[in-house]
Amino acid sequence: MNWQPCASLEVIRQRARIYKQIRAFFDTRGCLEVDTPLMMPTTNTDLNIGSIPVAQGGRNMYLQTSPEYAMKRLLAAGSGSIFQICHAFREGEAGRLHNPEFNLLEWYRVGYDYRQLMNEIELLITTLSLSQCSFSRISYRELFRGALELDIEQATLAELRRCCEQRVAGADAADLDTDQCLDLLLAAAIAPTMQGYQFVYDYPISQAALARASGVDASVAERFELFHDGIELANGFSELTDAAEQRARFERDNLARRERGLPELEIDEHLLAALESGMEDCAGVALGLDRLLMILLDLDSIDQVLTFRD
Amino acid sequence: MASYSTNEFRSGLKIMMDGDPCAIIENEFVKPGKGQAFNRVKIRNLKTGRVLDKTFKSGESVDAADVIDTEMQYLYTDGEFWHFMDPQTYEQAAADANAVGDASQWLKAQDTCEVTLYNGSPIGVTPPNFVELEITDTDPGLKGDTAQGGTKPATLETGAVVKVPLFLEIGELVKVDTRSGEYMSRVKK
Repeated sequence: MNWQPCASLEVIRQRARIYKQIRAFFDTRGCLEVDTPLMMPTTNTDLNIGSIPVAQGGRNMYLQTSPEYAMKRLLAAGSGSIFQICHAFREGEAGRLHNPEFNLLEWYRVGYDYRQLMNEIELLITTLSLSQCSFSRISYRELFRGALELDIEQATLAELRRCCEQRVAGADAADLDTDQCLDLLLAAAIAPTMQGYQFVYDYPISQAALARASGVDASVAERFELFHDGIELANGFSELTDAAEQRARFERDNLARRERGLPELEIDEHLLAALESGMEDCAGVALGLDRLLMILLDLDSIDQVLTFRD
Repeated sequence: MASYSTNEFRSGLKIMMDGDPCAIIENEFVKPGKGQAFNRVKIRNLKTGRVLDKTFKSGESVDAADVIDTEMQYLYTDGEFWHFMDPQTYEQAAADANAVGDASQWLKAQDTCEVTLYNGSPIGVTPPNFVELEITDTDPGLKGDTAQGGTKPATLETGAVVKVPLFLEIGELVKVDTRSGEYMSRVKK
């Protein structure tokens, strides 16, 4: 029987090193470390993120897909800037870069917008890196224009589907909607060509998640992702603070879930009440620590950084 | 009919694609964190041997292919079909040239092969990794030339032509790696 860990002891030591450095980084920058429950009665309503339900004391609970809602309740309670290192769970996500249970670093900066937060991420990764690293930034629209000669603002759904079938081997795009086409093109056609640390910002408003709409261009959201050589590493927003808009998005998610035959989910009224009471403007980001460790140590599979995997 | 969801995909799984049985060679799960997940697979058509790429939305299902790999003993060929027998049940199966493909040049009676059966009929034959075959034709050997390099073509009893060292003669037995088609060693009779 193979009872040995998948990660080498050296990788396990390196994880301990970066956790220590992350805590020191945020400590000197006045960010408070917090701890929120991994198991809660409500969960993420996002169409593409599956939660793992657990039966507990006769009620349904969920393993959290990220600590976002709970951390926002702390922000609304006046915590100021906070960070957390925790496990997160996403049903069905398994592969070379995915494990259904993974490690996140999530943090919120009061008074920051998404651009300032990108600056801080650069600083953090530079601090943790053993070698020099350089960063670039490109808007989501420019990324598609440059890589695929496709203007996503102008393209019709038929053109997007055609582009999928031309650019992605063996793709049948006939039943993909606009966002699914964009997801497929980004993951399968664009990401493999991306190099170094690259921020992609200003996602289409249809993919706003919990980001606020841009004040400059209402067709995009103040959302960014960080990639390294095409591997998605972090996702961040200028956070939506408007409770009514947040409720509308939750309800839209449930409508879309119904249309797709997915279970509708109970809306997190605690989060909405917290936003109602007032949450300061802030920016927040979740960064995948397993993937960061892979990148820092130049490893190519998430197995190599996990202690155990079934 | 049985079916597999994309989350059951792994290499070796046999699925139906465009009406043909196929084997998954590679399976890659791709997903933007907040986006749609996809499975990108490479599959081999077990009838034609062609490899193709296919992209599925995660969660989709595909039909399972009724394909099994089984050990069978090669009996003989009648010129049109190659006949195999299951050593347990004594059941026989006939494979056509399409199914046997390049394996035909290594098939010697009584050798055990892996036969791929689709709905009970052979669609592929894999010869043993190593076979021992007699040389039926080659140029005369060069006496004393046992250490020097240098090779010559030799025709084997099954029709295969392999490069062998210069000193080997007609009637000698050689061991060949069927995966590479390379001569391995001389075999003492």
